[in-house]
Amino acid sequence: MSTNHKDIGTLYLIFAIFAGVVGGAISGIMREELREPGIQVLGKVAMLLNGGAVDFDQQLHLWNVLITAHGLIMVFFLVMPAVIGGFGNWFIPIMIGAPDMAFPRMNNISFWLTVMGFCSLMISPFMSGGTGNGAGVGWTVYAPLSTTGSQGPAMDFAIFALHLAGAASIMGAINFITTIFNMRAPGMTLHKMPLFVWSVLVTAFLLLLALPVLAAAITMLLTDRNFGTTFFDAAGGGDPLLYQHLFWFFGHPEVYIMILPAFGIISQIISTFSRKPVFGYLGMAYAMVAIGVVGFIVWAHHMYTVGLDVNTKMYFTAATMVIAVPTGIKIFSWIATMWGGSLEFKSPMVWAIGFIFLFTVGGVTGVVLANGGIDDVVHDTYYVVGHFHYVLSLGAVTALFAGFYYWFPKMSGKMHSELLAHIQFWIFFVGVNMIFFPMHFLGLQGMPRRYPDYTPAYQHWNEIATYGYYIMSLSLVVFFINIIYAFVAGKKAADNYWGEGATTLEWTLSSPPPFHQFETLPVIKDEGHH
Amino acid sequence: MAGTKNHDYHILPPDIWPLTGSVSAFVFTTGMVMFMHEMAGGHLVLGLGLAGLIATFFSWFSNIIKEGREGFHTPVVQLHMRYGMILFIASEVMFFVGWFWSWFDFALFPNALTDVVGGQFPPKAIEAVMDPFALPLLNTLILLCSGTTLTWAHHALIHGDRASVKKGLWLTIILGVLFSCIQAYEYAHAPFGFGGNTYSSAFYMATGFHGFHVIVGTIFLIVCLVRTYKGDFTPKDHFGFEAAAWYWHFVDVVWLFLFAVVYIWGGWGAPIH
Repeated sequence: MSTNHKDIGTLYLIFAIFAGVVGGAISGIMREELREPGIQVLGKVAMLLNGGAVDFDQQLHLWNVLITAHGLIMVFFLVMPAVIGGFGNWFIPIMIGAPDMAFPRMNNISFWLTVMGFCSLMISPFMSGGTGNGAGVGWTVYAPLSTTGSQGPAMDFAIFALHLAGAASIMGAINFITTIFNMRAPGMTLHKMPLFVWSVLVTAFLLLLALPVLAAAITMLLTDRNFGTTFFDAAGGGDPLLYQHLFWFFGHPEVYIMILPAFGIISQIISTFSRKPVFGYLGMAYAMVAIGVVGFIVWAHHMYTVGLDVNTKMYFTAATMVIAVPTGIKIFSWIATMWGGSLEFKSPMVWAIGFIFLFTVGGVTGVVLANGGIDDVVHDTYYVVGHFHYVLSLGAVTALFAGFYYWFPKMSGKMHSELLAHIQFWIFFVGVNMIFFPMHFLGLQGMPRRYPDYTPAYQHWNEIATYGYYIMSLSLVVFFINIIYAFVAGKKAADNYWGEGATTLEWTLSSPPPFHQFETLPVIKDEGHH
Repeated sequence: MAGTKNHDYHILPPDIWPLTGSVSAFVFTTGMVMFMHEMAGGHLVLGLGLAGLIATFFSWFSNIIKEGREGFHTPVVQLHMRYGMILFIASEVMFFVGWFWSWFDFALFPNALTDVVGGQFPPKAIEAVMDPFALPLLNTLILLCSGTTLTWAHHALIHGDRASVKKGLWLTIILGVLFSCIQAYEYAHAPFGFGGNTYSSAFYMATGFHGFHVIVGTIFLIVCLVRTYKGDFTPKDHFGFEAAAWYWHFVDVVWLFLFAVVYIWGGWGAPIH
C-alpha cells in the first residue's frame, strides 16, 4: 500500500530473496537427482505434490515441472524484482536527485502484481498438468508441448503468472523511463547520470518493447489451449515455430533486461573502490544502448537447430557476435577504471571483480555458441546450461550480492560484517564454479539438458556439480547470518561509509535516508564527475 | 524530517487500490482458468475479479481527477502523465506487433502439408471472405470520421467553445459505438467461424483485440464527456482529454493497418461472401 519508493524497493528485495530461496531449493532437488544415474528423489517429491502413489511417467513429468519452475522463478521473481524493483526503486530516484518515482501508486501495483504472479505460479504445481501435476514445459513454454501436450489447468496458471508479472514489469518500465527523463535534479544532465541510472533506463525500454510481444504470444497459447484457435497447431495450418520467434523476440532482450542493471551496479562499485570516475563514461553508457538495440535483432540464435536456412543462420551469427563489441567495451573499461586506481578490496569490490571474471567466462562461451555451426553440435546440451548460468546465476546474481553489500548499510542504517561478506564470497565463488564449470565438459561430451537421468559416463562431473551445490548453499547460510548479524550487532552506518570514492547522491544522505529525501532539490555542479 | 516540500512533484499518501487491483487481477485470472476448465464456481470467481478490477479502475481514476482539481497536477506532473501515456501506447503498439506477426507468418508461408490450408492463403477451409469494400470500408470511414470529430472537439476546447466540445465528443462516441455495432454484426454474419484454421484464428484475435481497444477508448471518451458537462478542462489544461484523443487516434491507426493488411491484402484472391 505504500507509495514510497524506498518502502517498495525494500518489499521487492524481501520478496526477491524469498523467491530466490524457493527457486534455489528447487535446483537443490534437481542437483540431488542428478548426483548419480537413475531416478533418485523424483518419486518422493512427486508423491508429495500428487498426494499419493505416482507412476514412472509422473516422476519424469515432475522433472519438467522442476526445470520450468526453477527457470521462471529465477528470471521473473528473483533477478528482475531484485535488480530493477529492488535496487532500481531504491536508488534511481536518489541518484538523479528526485524525491520519489514519477508514479508512486503505479509503483505499488507493480510490486503487488509481481507477488500475485508468483502466487499463480505457485498454484500451478498442485494442479493437473496432463501427465502429472504441474506445468512441465521449460521456461520457454514452447508449443505444442504447452498446448496439446499439457492438458489441465496447471499450464494456464503458469501462463497467467507471466501475464501478471509482465503487466507489472511494463508499468514499472513506464515508471522508470518517466522518472529518469523528467525528474532529474537541476544540473543532472543525461550525460552526467550515474551509469546505474543509464542501465535501468535502457532496461526499461527493453521491458516496454519486448514484454507486450510475449503477452501476445502467451495469449495465443491460451486461445489455442482453450478456445480452438490454431496459431501453433499444425492441424489447422498453425506454426509451432511462430511461437519460438515470438518468444525469443521477447526472450533475448529479456536476458539483457537481467544483466544490464547488473552492469550498472558493477560500474558504480568499481568506480567507488578505485576512487576514480569510470573509464570512458560515455562509451560505457552508449555501449549499453548499443547492447539494448542490437539485442532486439539477434533472437533466432536460440533457434539454430529448428531448420533455419543457411543465410538466416549467417545473419544471426554475425549480428550476435557484434554484441561482443559493446560488451567488450564494458569489460575493458572496468579494468581500465581499476588500472592506476587507489584500489580498496572491500566486500562489494571483491564481489564486483568476481562478477567481471565470471561474466567474462559466460561471455566467451556465448561467442562460441553464437556460431550457428557450433551450436548445431552443442544445442540443448549442458554446454548451453553452463553458459547461461555463468552469465546469470554467476553474473547477475554475483552483481546482486555486490550491490547488496554496497548498499545494504545505506538501506538499513546498519553495517554488515565485512569478514562474513568476504567469507561468503569465497565459498560462493568456489561453489558456483564447481557446479557450472563441469557443465561445459558434460555438454561437449554430449549430455543433453532437461533429462533427469544419464548414462554412467557422465556421473563424475555431475557428482562434482552436486557437491558444488552443497558448497554454494553454505554460502547462502553465511549470507543470512550476515544479515542477522547486521540487524542485531551491526554498527550504525555513517552517511558515506565507503569514503571519498563514493560520489553519487545517495552518499550525501543519512543512512537510512529520510522517508522523503530531497525536499529541496539538490543542484548538481558542473564538476565532470559521474 | 524537515517536512516542507520545496518542489513541484506529487508525493502521494499510501493507497489501498494498488493492492485491491492486484488481488482482483489474480482473482480474475484464477477465475479465467476455472472457467476455461469448467470448474464449479468459475463464473463467480471470474465475475468477482472483474468487479474488483472495475472498482479499482473507477476509484483510481476518480482519485486522479480529484487530485487534478485540487491542484496537485503541476506542469511537471502533467509532463509525467504525457510521458506515461505515450509509453503506454508504445507498449500497446508492440502488443499488436505480435498479432500482425502471426498474420504475416500465416499469409506469407501458408502450410502446404495440412489439408485445411493446402498451401494457400486464405486457407482452403475458408470458403469465402468478407468483402473489404463493404462493411469494413464503411467502418474505416466511420473511424476516420470519428478522428475528425474528435479533433473538432479538441480545437473547440482550446478556443473555449464548450458547446462544440460536447457536440464533437457526442459525435465521436456515437461513431465509436456505431463502429463496435457494425463489427459485432460483421462477426455474427461472417462466412467463417472462430478458430479451426490460421486465417480465422488470427483474423478474430487481431480484430477482436482491436475491438476491445475501441470499447476502452469509447469509455475513455465518455468519461471525458461527463467531465466536460461537470465543468472540467480549461483551454490550456485538459490532459485527460488529450490522453483520450491520443488513445483514440492510436486505435484508429491500428484499424488502418488491419483494414489494409487483414481485410484487403489478407483476403486477396479469395471468393467474396
